[in-house]
Amino acid sequence: MRLRIRNIRKNFKTKNGSVCALDNINLDIQPGEFVCLVGPSGCGKSTLLNIMAGLEKQDSGRIKVDGKIGLMFQEPALFPWLKVKDNVGFGLKIKKLEKQKQEKFIDAHLKMVHLQNFAESYPHELSGGMKQRVALARTLILNPDILLMDEPFAALDAQTREILYKELQNIWQLTKKTVVFVTHNVREAVCLGDRVVVFSARPGRIKKIFDVDLSRPRDLGNLELIKMSNKIMDVLKSEIKEL
Amino acid sequence: MQNIFTKKRVKSVVIKILFLIFLIFLWWLVFKLEIWTPWLFPDPVTVGKTMMKGFSNGTIWMGIMISMKRIFIGFGFSLLFGGLLGFLLAKIKILDETVGFLVLGLQTLPSICWLPLALLWFGLNEQAIIFVVIMGCILSITISVESAVKSIPPIFIRAGKMLGAEGFSLYRYVIFPAILPSLITGIKQGWSFAWRSLMSGEMLFITVGLGQLLMMGRELNDMSQVMAIMLVIIIIGIIFDKLVFGVWENNLRRKWGLVKS
Ligand SMILES: Nc1ncnc2c1ncn2[C@@H]1O[C@H](COP(=O)(O)OP(=O)(O)O)[C@@H](O)[C@H]1O
Ligand SMILES: [Mg+2]
Repeated sequence: MRLRIRNIRKNFKTKNGSVCALDNINLDIQPGEFVCLVGPSGCGKSTLLNIMAGLEKQDSGRIKVDGKIGLMFQEPALFPWLKVKDNVGFGLKIKKLEKQKQEKFIDAHLKMVHLQNFAESYPHELSGGMKQRVALARTLILNPDILLMDEPFAALDAQTREILYKELQNIWQLTKKTVVFVTHNVREAVCLGDRVVVFSARPGRIKKIFDVDLSRPRDLGNLELIKMSNKIMDVLKSEIKEL
Repeated sequence: MQNIFTKKRVKSVVIKILFLIFLIFLWWLVFKLEIWTPWLFPDPVTVGKTMMKGFSNGTIWMGIMISMKRIFIGFGFSLLFGGLLGFLLAKIKILDETVGFLVLGLQTLPSICWLPLALLWFGLNEQAIIFVVIMGCILSITISVESAVKSIPPIFIRAGKMLGAEGFSLYRYVIFPAILPSLITGIKQGWSFAWRSLMSGEMLFITVGLGQLLMMGRELNDMSQVMAIMLVIIIIGIIFDKLVFGVWENNLRRKWGLVKS
């Protein structure tokens, strides 16, 4: 088991009382699995990811993580003062890896996300999709066992997103990482995930888990994929109506 | 890397130089109209000659050196300690509510008002004038560092932590570079406050320095010296404000993509 989540609860204190963000979450994730989390906005998906990554502390419950974690945010969150290659190599620099090794890893990871020609650029010179690819390379270079992705493609246009789905699937099949991928786009979830976990509206609970048994690589236009998405969408819609 | 000698820039520099020549011509023209007597309104050539003389006999160089030494000591001290204080104010809430409040209050006092106090404390000496320079800029540096640290986008810190930076390396590789653009703006402003305080201090205070040379021109009724020293002070101001800090700031902002180059 890569990740074992048991009875996680989390409340946030706000001006007008306390908000229950997560209410009794249980989830097991296997090594190499690609799990997508979908749910209405504000149901606690980001909070759960932050708890997994250790950026936030749960109020109660246990979480067992087997391996190193890498977290990717919705924004690329690149460092604007560093060139693309230095952004990608940031984690290695912190680890004080030898310069030569750093360069070797940086080259390999820039190639992986098809940005070798932009090594010397600064983040502001890149498009949104390119920035997210840099962010992905920057996370993967530290070789995490578990990759947590929080709506990483939400701000991108449809075409760019579709290209990135393909790249992400390839990278995932190549590296065999465990991936937890948050999205509010059900088609995206079905296209990428081995399982799709549907959250209920606040307080965030797991409403239903779908296994996606479609062959890979998957195409967004595939009929089976669309049927499955519609099924999940129905479950989700009933949630959103309750809001 | 962008070439700093782009056509646009060369053009803008040429325009500025032409305008300067035009201004000097205008000055000369007003002189020729003889509205004021020459000793109240000398012509550009006389002022130029006085400046040359001042440089060649070393008095202006001496004044510049001494004033620069004072500003480097005073400003350097303020940068170090004012910066540190600003940093602490941003991090420690109780300090912000007490010392921060004091800093904001004292900041409203024009720096030259510290001179009488400095003279009584330190006497007529170097420390007094450096104290005035420090009081002229340290508070503004503190305030700008505090606001820079407070306004770091939290996402940079989270990203840095996620990539393994913590403790010192988080400060060194994330927080410091993240605040640098606003820090430079604060440093630039602090320098100009320090420079103003130094000049007013030196004028009231009888010791060698550019401000004192300026005052000496007045005492000797030598308008050409007054104007020559004023020009020197302006030129030094421009060198620091536009060339040293300005170029640094622009390069950084271009790197970050905050300006279109
Ligand atoms: N730091 C915080 N302080 C107070 N409330 C928060 C905080 N973070 C999240 N919340 C609240 O917790 C709930 C879940 O947030 P989040 O995990 O960001 O949802 P999602 O990512 O699913 O959209 C929301 O109602 C949000 O307002
Ligand atoms: Mg979220």
